[in-house]
Amino acid sequence: MWRILTARIKQKYRTYNYPRQKPALPERFRGRPVIAAPSANDSGQIIQSCPTGALSAGNDRKLRLDMGLCIFCGQCEQACNGSGVKFSREHALATRQREDLVLTGQEQKLAEALDKKALQLFGHSLKLRQVSAGGCNACEADVNVLNTLVFDLGRFGIQFVASPRHADGLLITGPVTRNMALALQKTYTAVPKPKIVIAVGACAISGGIYAGHDETCNGAGSLLKADLFIPGCPPHPWTIMDGLLRLLGRI
Amino acid sequence: MNKNAFLPIIHGETVPRKNIPRLAMPDFRAAVIEAVRAGSRIVSLFGHPVGDSQIELMVVLADDARGALATAAAVVGENDGKYPALTPECPQAHWFEREIAEQWALTPAGHPWLKPIRFHAPYPAGRQTCFSSGGNPPGPGIADYFRVEGDEVHEVAVGPVHAGIIEPGHFRFQCHGENVFHLEIELGYQHRGIERQLWKGPDKKTIHYIETAAGDSTIAHTTAFCHNMETLGAARVNVRSEVLRGIALELERLANHTGDLGALAGDIGFLPTASYCGRIRGDWLNMTAVLCGNRFGRGLLCPGGTAYDLDATAVKELNTRLDAAERDTTNAVELLWQTGSVMARFEETGCLDAEAAGALGLVGPAARACGIPRDARQDFPSGIFQYSQIPVSTWQSGDVFARAFIRWLEIQRSIAFIREQLKMPAGGETQGKIGPLEPNAMTVALVEGWRGETCHVALTDSEGQFEHYKIVDPSFHNWFGLAMAMRGQQISDFPLCNKSFNLSYCGHDL
Repeated sequence: MWRILTARIKQKYRTYNYPRQKPALPERFRGRPVIAAPSANDSGQIIQSCPTGALSAGNDRKLRLDMGLCIFCGQCEQACNGSGVKFSREHALATRQREDLVLTGQEQKLAEALDKKALQLFGHSLKLRQVSAGGCNACEADVNVLNTLVFDLGRFGIQFVASPRHADGLLITGPVTRNMALALQKTYTAVPKPKIVIAVGACAISGGIYAGHDETCNGAGSLLKADLFIPGCPPHPWTIMDGLLRLLGRI
Repeated sequence: MNKNAFLPIIHGETVPRKNIPRLAMPDFRAAVIEAVRAGSRIVSLFGHPVGDSQIELMVVLADDARGALATAAAVVGENDGKYPALTPECPQAHWFEREIAEQWALTPAGHPWLKPIRFHAPYPAGRQTCFSSGGNPPGPGIADYFRVEGDEVHEVAVGPVHAGIIEPGHFRFQCHGENVFHLEIELGYQHRGIERQLWKGPDKKTIHYIETAAGDSTIAHTTAFCHNMETLGAARVNVRSEVLRGIALELERLANHTGDLGALAGDIGFLPTASYCGRIRGDWLNMTAVLCGNRFGRGLLCPGGTAYDLDATAVKELNTRLDAAERDTTNAVELLWQTGSVMARFEETGCLDAEAAGALGLVGPAARACGIPRDARQDFPSGIFQYSQIPVSTWQSGDVFARAFIRWLEIQRSIAFIREQLKMPAGGETQGKIGPLEPNAMTVALVEGWRGETCHVALTDSEGQFEHYKIVDPSFHNWFGLAMAMRGQQISDFPLCNKSFNLSYCGHDL
């Protein structure tokens, strides 16, 4: 007993005062990409360098970066030495609409809160059922970590529950493999209405690196309509937390 | 081992594919069985197509004690793709032969439990596996399950969606009251078709497939891939890069071992260690993020070296963080061994003996917890582990305690290793040049990830592209070990036993 108590003192209080305090992110962290106007020559090279086809040139020949496909590998930044795409250390990335994930410059339309009625229902207590549907377990790991005491997601009334019957919505990770499509559909059906769907990570949003494989369904969007998109590969836990809090109007 | 049957492979060197002995199937079978009996084990056993309709089976055997690798091949083509299964006389071939049957529509005749492992259509178009019904592969999880009959026997089915933030898999327990007679594990829900995408590579997507083969083992898999690329591309890798790779590999081990000890504490309701270790796991991950910006080490490794170096400020920061994380981990983990109620739950739960672990070919902490001193860092050292050895940690009891305690021993040794490596002078080129890949060659890379031996086999074609690329995640060897450890246990101990193995679904399913 005494040992347990002294350990408690030595382990200290560790919960981070988020969102009031900005999270400390590593120096080399790749957050929101910032698009500049590269030369036409560079532009082609940048687009070529992307492993997931997240980069394209619009009709106006300006670069477009789809964060829903982006795996934040930084190949584009290396290819152009930062002249066309540069990764900032901004961690807030979540959007309510799929098209808002497409960046053409510095600005990004971040996620808005749910409507008033939904906020009345979920604003103070949001129970989520997590479904892992074919990813690499990194998104799952960084969702799971929100339950640890640094993040302490529970203090915002958000909790992961064991049964879809107890849930207000689904948080989906992975490209949704053919082998998980039915299980995902059934889990969704089991959640009582009204319900929300959150897609976390490039895979769940678009299929990510696995987009176009016969074995996957290119993300949750092919089966369900998502209410919140949190991009990344995997998204940093603070990015996920930021998205969830924005949805509830807490940021 | 029948010396003439196999071609020796030196770890870290290529062999010309034309030198690989092509045996008649009965000789291949006999030679593999004899070699395993004599102390070798199957590191990889896979099929790949040769010609229009034939499939060649290839085996990679490891003799851990001698640090020797060997390979041989046999063609299966005639007799409707039937060949006599190895499994009845060599249990560690069990899962590999199920994979071969599913991928290449072959039938290992006499296999005692022939079922799909991933539930997908076979690779050769138009072929049908022995599992197909009406021309289609069976749906996920749809198969016959082992059943125990009897008045008071009941069956418990769990998954694919589990009650937590966990990957999907299906578990069937045959129970008598609380006691489990048998557990059958059926996976494949995470199958996203990685291996097929690697053929004809490498291309710009390849390294990202490797990095996400098992997201929590990014460094282990990517190191194995890079070693294969460097062997085939005759690259000279700067020792500085190997130091950084070694540090990253051990940080990956530290994060996951610490997280596992916390999760084990959580599964028995011992909350102090559960909550501390959950947090400290993040401290280790954040140290990896100091290296490359990503908590899982994405983007750190590239063929030829590493994408980043550490300057003096970063080394200082890592040293400070290492000291703090060591202090906190020690404080949190030692509570486990000092608390009687924890030890009572850990000891003699989920026992596996060395004989079963050896027969099944288990790897990693699961094998070392049964007293088997198997560790690729020692037996098949590559990279920095050729110069800086980490002692192998073993324990004899084979129970949940042993698997937990092995993790603690390894945590301490990994910390000492990283501290040592951080003293290495910074500087020097971290991105070495890599030449065109050697054509018609084979190479094998073994890396001891935190779960165990991560094996990558590359076969190149006449253009120097991957004709075949085979990944064996440690979980592929170990899932059956979990099933065996559950025999005679209470079903309520399943979460604890499961966590003590903590195997990968995505690494298995690929």
